[in-house]
Amino acid sequence: MSTTRRVVIEPLTRVEGHGKVTIRLDAAGDVESARLHIVEFRGFERFIQGRPYWEMPVAVQRLCGICPVSHHLAAAKALDVVVGADVLTPTAEKVRRLMHYGQIYQSHALHFFHLASPDLLFGFDAAPAKRNVIGVAGAYPELARQGILMRKYGQEVIRATAGKKIHGTGAIPGGVNRSLAPGDRKALAEDLPRQKEWARAAVGIARDYTLEHASLLSEFAAFPSNHLGLVRRDGALDLYDGVLRAVGPDGKRVLDDVEDGRYLEVIGEEVRPWSYMKFPFLRSLGPEEGWYRVGPLARLAVCDRIDTPDAEAARREFVEAMGGLPGRMSLAYHWARMVETLHAIEVIERLLADDDISGSERVTSGERRSEGVGVLEAPRGTLFHHYVIGDDDTVVRANLIVSTTSNNEPMNRAVESVARRYLTGTEITEGLLNHVEVAIRAYDPCLSCATHAMGRMPLVLEVHDAAGHVVGEGRRDP
Amino acid sequence: MSDERHGSGHVTRQESIRRSADETVLVVGWGNPGRLDDALGPRLVEWLGALGIPGVHAETAYQLQVEHADAVASADLVVFVDADAEGPAPFLARPLEPSGRPAFSTHALTPGTVLALAADLFGARPRAVLLGIRGYAFDGFGERLTPGAENNLRAARAWIAAALAPPADGDAGGTADGRNAGTAPAHAT
Repeated sequence: MSTTRRVVIEPLTRVEGHGKVTIRLDAAGDVESARLHIVEFRGFERFIQGRPYWEMPVAVQRLCGICPVSHHLAAAKALDVVVGADVLTPTAEKVRRLMHYGQIYQSHALHFFHLASPDLLFGFDAAPAKRNVIGVAGAYPELARQGILMRKYGQEVIRATAGKKIHGTGAIPGGVNRSLAPGDRKALAEDLPRQKEWARAAVGIARDYTLEHASLLSEFAAFPSNHLGLVRRDGALDLYDGVLRAVGPDGKRVLDDVEDGRYLEVIGEEVRPWSYMKFPFLRSLGPEEGWYRVGPLARLAVCDRIDTPDAEAARREFVEAMGGLPGRMSLAYHWARMVETLHAIEVIERLLADDDISGSERVTSGERRSEGVGVLEAPRGTLFHHYVIGDDDTVVRANLIVSTTSNNEPMNRAVESVARRYLTGTEITEGLLNHVEVAIRAYDPCLSCATHAMGRMPLVLEVHDAAGHVVGEGRRDP
Repeated sequence: MSDERHGSGHVTRQESIRRSADETVLVVGWGNPGRLDDALGPRLVEWLGALGIPGVHAETAYQLQVEHADAVASADLVVFVDADAEGPAPFLARPLEPSGRPAFSTHALTPGTVLALAADLFGARPRAVLLGIRGYAFDGFGERLTPGAENNLRAARAWIAAALAPPADGDAGGTADGRNAGTAPAHAT
């Protein structure tokens, strides 16, 4: 007979792209473990096998409705290696960076203003009917408008560089197929002042919230971890390109600036029987100790500095608040995310002022290779694309590690931490649901990867006793 | 499946989508073009955009997002087009009101929520219609439609082209009724 009980939180969707939380209780009713199940995209490698490699930057955008630009650029970076484009033209490099930082800007704005802000503005225990974007629009309309217009600005950057807001074609193996048109450059530059103002203000909101609630947040889904991210070769934050660096909970390096093409040597992927999603880990530490966080919190932990002034000042303040150590509070992701948002708009400003952005030399090539790896920092964390190309120029094999996969173990730990604190007995409370939601949301996981989620995503909770009988049930419909 | 999609009003009233000559129309079709019949919305809207109907702006998206509230706010009439996994074939068109709230940890919004944001933030209440085109296969990768979805897409094209055709002089405008477009009624097979 089993000596555990299970609490199941199960979002249901029309098609693939959903998650489920299972909280296992021991015989004494205490939380034994928590697991977040996310249905990862499956079959995508087969979908692209046999297709010409030059189609990949467009084809891989089918993976995700949230961050297609990140997949677009990661694929292009991997195929740069295949076509021998070891150094892109200045125009290609800068147009791609502009596209990428536009993506970071709009994605972070969407998450903070419209997904996270309801939790922060109304409190974790506010009724779900209020704790959402419509609630923010009603109570804080100016903030909600700013979020939309920041998101729209980032989308315009993407349109201007990729050709379309979605399913763009701007990045190609070896470079780009367009540079920034003068009209777009002028229009984007004109809107910069208020965008920077809003980004600075958003850092302030996230900072103030974190500092004012430091006591709560230091206990809520807080735990030490390793952190992984790209850094520029001089140690500065770089979201588009760099070397892989990881630090431990004490800030000491556990992965020291490894070339991204060697990722398989330093990162392993563990398979666990209860989850379709793999669990990446640092090989040097093994699967038990080598799991790591990715994303904004991790990136601020691994970098030495930020090369734009306002964001660097914000980073220093953040690091000081963390006691000079890598962040351990899951909710500190929000502050880190806004520091990056400010950095993104500063980078966009710098690129718009650079005449290379409208240059005409867009493509380069060199010695053809049969394999390529492309790594970048997507909004949610490090994104790996790896392709093996046959002599007939078609894809033989592909391996992708998406950001949400890397944050798999940290999200499990976050849910477990919350469950231990807020779950007692078999009673399913609104408080438990709320707090689980808030903890998961801090990581901005892509639960609706690969297809849109038009349908309902109710939360369903079940409490199972030691014999497997349902003794408690709760449900929240959207 | 949201009640928003299968409420009580199964047939769009003809007069509810009549378009006058000076009205701007936004048609948003969303879905993942790489997930079989999920591509129905974008497919229809790309086709519609290529027609270049004056005053009609066609936009595709993977998912409805908050910025669509801004786009919606500048239109007089909005037609949301999506694949429908459960509705009647070949398609169902029905009026839409601001409603709903976002679901758990998803980045996507429902059309009702987009309308609610447009009303709350921009003071805009455009008339809106949701067009659900029946699809049959969603769980897999592929850029092809099922034969049934292809048929339904053809019917939906005829319907929307007639509904949004530029009003002729002295004409009150096109209608959104499939019967006027020479196709089956909007809710019939």
